[in-house]
Amino acid sequence: MKVTSFNLMSYADIDLGVKDKFKSAWVLLPNSYFDPVKGHALYNRYLDELELADELGFDGVAVNEHHQTAYGLMPSPVVTASALARRTKRCRIAILGNAFCLRENPVTLAEEHAMIDVITGGRLISGFVRGVGTEYFSLGANPVHSLERHKEAAELVVRAWTQTGPFAFEGKHFNIPYVNLWPRPFQQPHPPIWCPSQGSLETIEWAAHPDRKFVYLQNYSPRDSVGRYLDMYRDIARRKYGYEAASDRIGWGAPVYVGETDEQAVNEARPHIEALFNVLLPKASELMFFPPGYMSPESLAHILKHKKANSGGVTIESLMARGIIIVGSPDTVRKQIMDNHRDMGFQELVTMLTFGTMPADMSEANIRRFAREVMPALQPLTDREYRGFEPALA
Amino acid sequence: MTFVAQTLTVNGAKVALNRGGAGEPLLFLHGADGLTEWPEILDDLAQHYDVIVPDLPGFGLSEAPSFVDDISDVAYLLMDMLEQMDLRGVRVVGHSLGGWAGLEMAVRSCARIHSLALIAPAGIHVKGSPKADIYMIDPDEQARIAYADPELGAAAAARALVSKHQNQAILNRIASARLGWNPRLYNPRLERWLHRVSAPVLILWGDADRIIPPIYSQAFGALMPGAKRVTVAHAGHLPHVEKRAEVHALLQDFLRG
Repeated sequence: MKVTSFNLMSYADIDLGVKDKFKSAWVLLPNSYFDPVKGHALYNRYLDELELADELGFDGVAVNEHHQTAYGLMPSPVVTASALARRTKRCRIAILGNAFCLRENPVTLAEEHAMIDVITGGRLISGFVRGVGTEYFSLGANPVHSLERHKEAAELVVRAWTQTGPFAFEGKHFNIPYVNLWPRPFQQPHPPIWCPSQGSLETIEWAAHPDRKFVYLQNYSPRDSVGRYLDMYRDIARRKYGYEAASDRIGWGAPVYVGETDEQAVNEARPHIEALFNVLLPKASELMFFPPGYMSPESLAHILKHKKANSGGVTIESLMARGIIIVGSPDTVRKQIMDNHRDMGFQELVTMLTFGTMPADMSEANIRRFAREVMPALQPLTDREYRGFEPALA
Repeated sequence: MTFVAQTLTVNGAKVALNRGGAGEPLLFLHGADGLTEWPEILDDLAQHYDVIVPDLPGFGLSEAPSFVDDISDVAYLLMDMLEQMDLRGVRVVGHSLGGWAGLEMAVRSCARIHSLALIAPAGIHVKGSPKADIYMIDPDEQARIAYADPELGAAAAARALVSKHQNQAILNRIASARLGWNPRLYNPRLERWLHRVSAPVLILWGDADRIIPPIYSQAFGALMPGAKRVTVAHAGHLPHVEKRAEVHALLQDFLRG
């Protein structure tokens, strides 16, 4: 199994009172609440943490994209990935992901990813995402076209990376007369493509298509849905496309905290994970995260009916019980991840070892403890320890 | 008044409409919420006119054809529909998004249009005076602020949460976002052609409109100096619902001319 250290780069110095005042840390939270001096310290600390992960033997480090929010401070993960390109030496650098479809011309991002891949000698992993609903408010793109643009942008980018130029791309949303990438990527035919998701049948069908076989990464989800969606990938590959999905196409991402004891771990992690879920994540309205057309009418009806989207009041106990986060002593964390691997067989694990308001010393201790006491037991895991895919459960 | 549901095929696209009454033709173009709630003023108007009420593309029972990407496609589809139905001297009454669609038709051709009555129409932008962001606020909140009267607003908010409305309302929102997401509910190129509207124009606005603020009435007045403008007191974004009798009288007076 390959283990990656992902850093969301939340604004850890967030004033917790903003939740009551502005309802959400997304889109509408005034940027006067961002202190550039604190931001300077945070960016450098977070980059240090990712560089430390490289030194400690993680297989990868990961960054992502969010706009106009204290939840994550990376409107451009290309910037952070570039900073890591020269400071890390051996690990993969995963952009999980970039929303190519939000750009007027996705070729600019394809060029930047190719640069990072060439500079690092082929250490880039490129994530293709649509962006969460709020990004459509921040950047103006029409959510009604989100899925169409996402698929068309992915086709454009893969062709730009692989096809000898110049060629004309003639799509519905993107019409680009000259596509001719200098540089083209180091990895051949192109960098690995991952699809991070919180669970989407349509994404899985698209990612698992034999022409793509993109890695599907299930994030931030209860253990039951992780298992269901990861099995869905194998099931669709087998039944719809007639091939057996390799376990290295399947990944799971979750916040992880390793303390000295179970009790100590919960006590230490509690304020920071609860700040992440109760202050940094909630939105001002359902439609802010699920704007019209972003998802199917049926799914949106379900959400509006149940108002199920998170608006706060989450406890660390409920997150642990549902298996959304893994918290405990080294033995507990190791066992839970190995149990999940035995049941689900993912060969990619993306850990989020820094979250919410967590201070630097606690993050570093968590990263070191995980690398020393948990990771060595995970990296040797292969399909031999996986119980195997049982379609009946899919 | 009895309305009869019909379905037409216009330019290959299924267009659902309701038609009732008798007299000169009157085309009512609904707002961004579609016809989830039927405006009873249409029953009043059908006492005097042949009232034709289509679901705009993607709304209600009308399909969202692949050739409708923006408001200009809607305008051409409606113009095709008037031709196909061979309607002339059409009174166009448009509310909000529907008022915008009416104006987009009228700048292209008023050959079949007798007059345009616009109720809080979208379609233009006044710098520094944004419309309410109907795509960010939840449907119940939007329903609440659509009325000037807080009691009517509260009742509308409660109705918006009833699921039989909700499923249709979601499809209507998608249809509306297709046309109005970016830029928000206007066409930057519309105002430069408004001088081409050769039919008489009436613009009605609620003085307490919180969806499209009344300053937009003044802006339309500046762009269309010949338009007659009337402010409806104690009304929000739905003056034809909230002040039905008063707005009906105003429309009768104007449309007769």
